[in-house]
Amino acid sequence: MTQNTSPAVKRYLRRIAVFMTLYMVALFGAKWLFQAFVPQGALAYALAIVPALPLIGVFWAVMRLLVEERDEYMRMLFVRQSLFATGFCLTIMTIWQWLQNFELVPPGNGGFGAAFLWFIGLGVGAIYNQVTMGDTFRKEADQ
Amino acid sequence: MKNRLKVLRAERDWSQQDLGERLGVSRQSVNAIEKGRYDPSLPLAFSISEVFGLPIEEIFSRD
Repeated sequence: MTQNTSPAVKRYLRRIAVFMTLYMVALFGAKWLFQAFVPQGALAYALAIVPALPLIGVFWAVMRLLVEERDEYMRMLFVRQSLFATGFCLTIMTIWQWLQNFELVPPGNGGFGAAFLWFIGLGVGAIYNQVTMGDTFRKEADQ
Repeated sequence: MKNRLKVLRAERDWSQQDLGERLGVSRQSVNAIEKGRYDPSLPLAFSISEVFGLPIEEIFSRD
């Protein structure tokens, strides 16, 4: 989530790489199976959920980072980043929902759900951390 | 809180990285504490106290 390379961050990066690889396989695999075999009933529901599982794994990896990081300042930054992402996601989803309630925007979300917005929020949260707490925009770090 | 981390570090010719390694935290953590942007927990304050061989109140003080 930032420049830190603690053991917890290394584990987090490894987990993210695994889950994102699984996500790509699950996404294209499920799309292909739906087009090739048109699954029905319970199988269709199970297959549709498969791409969601690696994304849930990413949520788990982020939460594990918050638990496993031993550097309290870095952990505080990661918590801020996650809370920022949660607020960002809830705010946009809520606004979008009310625009839909009054039929000002079309139904659906174009395939971009809460997870996508939360990940965008993590990115914006990292920038927010750098601007408000980080060294990048300050010339005060001593070596 | 105010602190004397920068002075104590300079007296020992330690970089922020050096102090971070002694404390088991990142350089960013040392920098944030030194600049008063982050107040350490009591366990970390005790670790800082042990590393410098000084009581906590000789390192940290109220604003």
